Amino acid sequence: MTERPLLERSGHSANITEWEGTVQELRGLVSPRAFTGETMLLNMGPQHPSTHGVLRLLLELDGETVVSCVPDIGYLHTGIEKNMEAKTYEQAITMTDRMDYLNPMGNNLVYCLAIEKLAELDVPERAQIVRVLLAELTRINSHLVWLGTHCLDLGAMSVFLYAMREREMVLDIFEMVSGQRMMSTYFRPGGLWRDVPPEFIPAVKAFIDYFPAKVEEYETLLVNNPLWIDRTQGIGVITPEDAIAYGCTGPTLRGSGVNWDIRKAMPYMGYETYQFDVPLGEHGDVYDRFYIRMQEMKESVRIIRQAVERLEKTGGPFRSQNRKYVPPPRSELGRSMEAVIHHFKLWTEGFSLPEGEVYVSIESPRGELSCYLSSDGGNRPHRVHFRTPSFVHTMGAIPKMAEGSMIADLVAIIGSVDIVLGDCDR
Amino acid sequence: MQAPLDPVDLAKLSLKDAVLDVVEFRGETTIVVDPQRIVEVCQFFRDTEGLEYIFLSDITAVDYFPREPRFALCYHLYSMVYTRRLRIKVYLPGDNPRLPSVTSVWKSADWEEREAYDMMGIVFEGHPSLRRILMPSDWEGHPQRKDYPLGYEQVQFSFNFDEVNRLKPYAKE
Amino acid sequence: MGVAGKLGNLGVVTTTLEAAINWGRTKSMWPMLFGLACCAIEMMSTQASVYDLSRFGMELMRASPRQSDLMIVAGRVTRKMAPVLRQLYDQMPDPKYVISMGDCASCGGIFNNYAIVQGVDEIVPVDVYVAGCPPRPEQLIHGIMTLHEKVKTQRIADWA
Repeated sequence: MTERPLLERSGHSANITEWEGTVQELRGLVSPRAFTGETMLLNMGPQHPSTHGVLRLLLELDGETVVSCVPDIGYLHTGIEKNMEAKTYEQAITMTDRMDYLNPMGNNLVYCLAIEKLAELDVPERAQIVRVLLAELTRINSHLVWLGTHCLDLGAMSVFLYAMREREMVLDIFEMVSGQRMMSTYFRPGGLWRDVPPEFIPAVKAFIDYFPAKVEEYETLLVNNPLWIDRTQGIGVITPEDAIAYGCTGPTLRGSGVNWDIRKAMPYMGYETYQFDVPLGEHGDVYDRFYIRMQEMKESVRIIRQAVERLEKTGGPFRSQNRKYVPPPRSELGRSMEAVIHHFKLWTEGFSLPEGEVYVSIESPRGELSCYLSSDGGNRPHRVHFRTPSFVHTMGAIPKMAEGSMIADLVAIIGSVDIVLGDCDR
Repeated sequence: MQAPLDPVDLAKLSLKDAVLDVVEFRGETTIVVDPQRIVEVCQFFRDTEGLEYIFLSDITAVDYFPREPRFALCYHLYSMVYTRRLRIKVYLPGDNPRLPSVTSVWKSADWEEREAYDMMGIVFEGHPSLRRILMPSDWEGHPQRKDYPLGYEQVQFSFNFDEVNRLKPYAKE
Repeated sequence: MGVAGKLGNLGVVTTTLEAAINWGRTKSMWPMLFGLACCAIEMMSTQASVYDLSRFGMELMRASPRQSDLMIVAGRVTRKMAPVLRQLYDQMPDPKYVISMGDCASCGGIFNNYAIVQGVDEIVPVDVYVAGCPPRPEQLIHGIMTLHEKVKTQRIADWA
């Protein structure tokens, strides 16, 4: 970056040359002591091994203690919301995958739910079950990557290798249903892209029989490990009141003991019919958030087990029969002129949605993921906006937790909040 | 626990002329309010017993170009006590859109408002540090506006390979 | 007891200096630990247990550009990130190589918009492009193998 004379330099007033703003912008963000050279300003990121992407933090340090922390995001701002306005509704699904790349199915789900709510489109039961099943597999996938990288940050290399090994099994299942390991684009408005293959259920069963023992294995490595406890307990504490005021959701909020899970509070896709518990912490520290995610993986396996049982019993269509929004099956094209017309209309112009606006939220692995969809009656979204948990956590929770902590603990804090920068910047 | 109260009735009763319109659509309630009184309205919804919308999920800015009033802001509130949502909407003129900031009501409004400023150019009065959040600080324009181009670059295919190749600014060592 | 004693007489291998140096470069090419977006997750998979990049002498990811030979641009590069990326590239010591991993880094991919640089080759010179969104770990390994082939053809005369 080009060096600009940005700050009045008094004494040893640190290297703030990389800060891209003006002096006035820094006032109020860092304490006045930074301008006299009493405290040091340090730049962490955007290229840093432990910021989980391209997060940049401007830290004000008093010795090794963080006095204040100013996040600077946008290094991965992709313009997804703007770009989706230029695509038809169905084309835009591919964009949502790339937003939170550890939770692609969840992003598909929230966008499809918004379309379905706006169009009042029905989703057959079989599709709902598969969606729940895959959403929970995605949660496991995301938590595994989180566990691996979080442990890697804190110096536990072997957990990373174990977690990635199990993750490959999940990715194989994704590849089986959608043809892609990560960016599946499998959920479509009204149901699924296609029915699950016959090998799907045996593969999922093999996974849920194998996986709980592996979670136990991670737990034996970490839960009672004195080194791990020293690095995590009592670090990055956030009170329930602060967590709500700063907009925390998901495991970050539940770590402080607030019982709020959208799957329970405002159920979607039939989550109210599944038996599962919402693990809660009490101290709001890094360890509690870690422990909650470990328990969540077990709960996800529980949900998947119920979903597989139901899926075996439930036949029927895998997507809605509403031809206005959902393309006809290939076999009908040879027989019905109407089907050809629908097919042609849907794959050229796309469908149009009634004018209006909806707001749908789901529980992503990181917290509340919401989609605001506004339609002007045309075949493209008028405005799509995603309320992403990482954005709120990066801007609110991390600076709050970092205040007063040691700089070495900052890595633990960032890891425990589980941010994904693609989710954050969109 | 206080029984849940109807936000629309209560708002009409207490806020009177600040409530401009109420829209029910797909089971979602939208209350359109006067932008200059947004802080008062938000405080009312957060603090009144029986409503208690203590959680601000999201602030979304919408551009209705070329319609006037051009901009809209949607405040998505959530009541953890009664597990229900509410949308508060304000409309702003296309020319110099500004309104008071609600950071005094919810801390989480801080970065949501910064995003609305960065993407749409809506100015929030009284915001502690209103600056760009996603785009570089020297960026011109507000990308999410409808009159801002998507920034389409010519796509390279086999038929125009040479032409694009000639114009493409390749990096040097 | 030295290596010769353990392994027996290894004899003498004659080769050219070029081939020896290029062999050394390919067998210990340290990539920079630098992930941008989705592809970084696949890069992590490539590193991890199943695909195991250390088979190619590349398990050592360096977080500092000063210690790395290879930059894998894993993900979309935004206009805000572009100057940072170029600075990182300038900080790497010669000889340095760049793999553009994924469609977004190679040509902008599906994001043809205001925020994304349409191909990282506008910022840094790229040696190997890997297609895919995101590429499978096998594809990335193939890209690295292709880069190795390229390194093996380097001539001493060109280094000066």
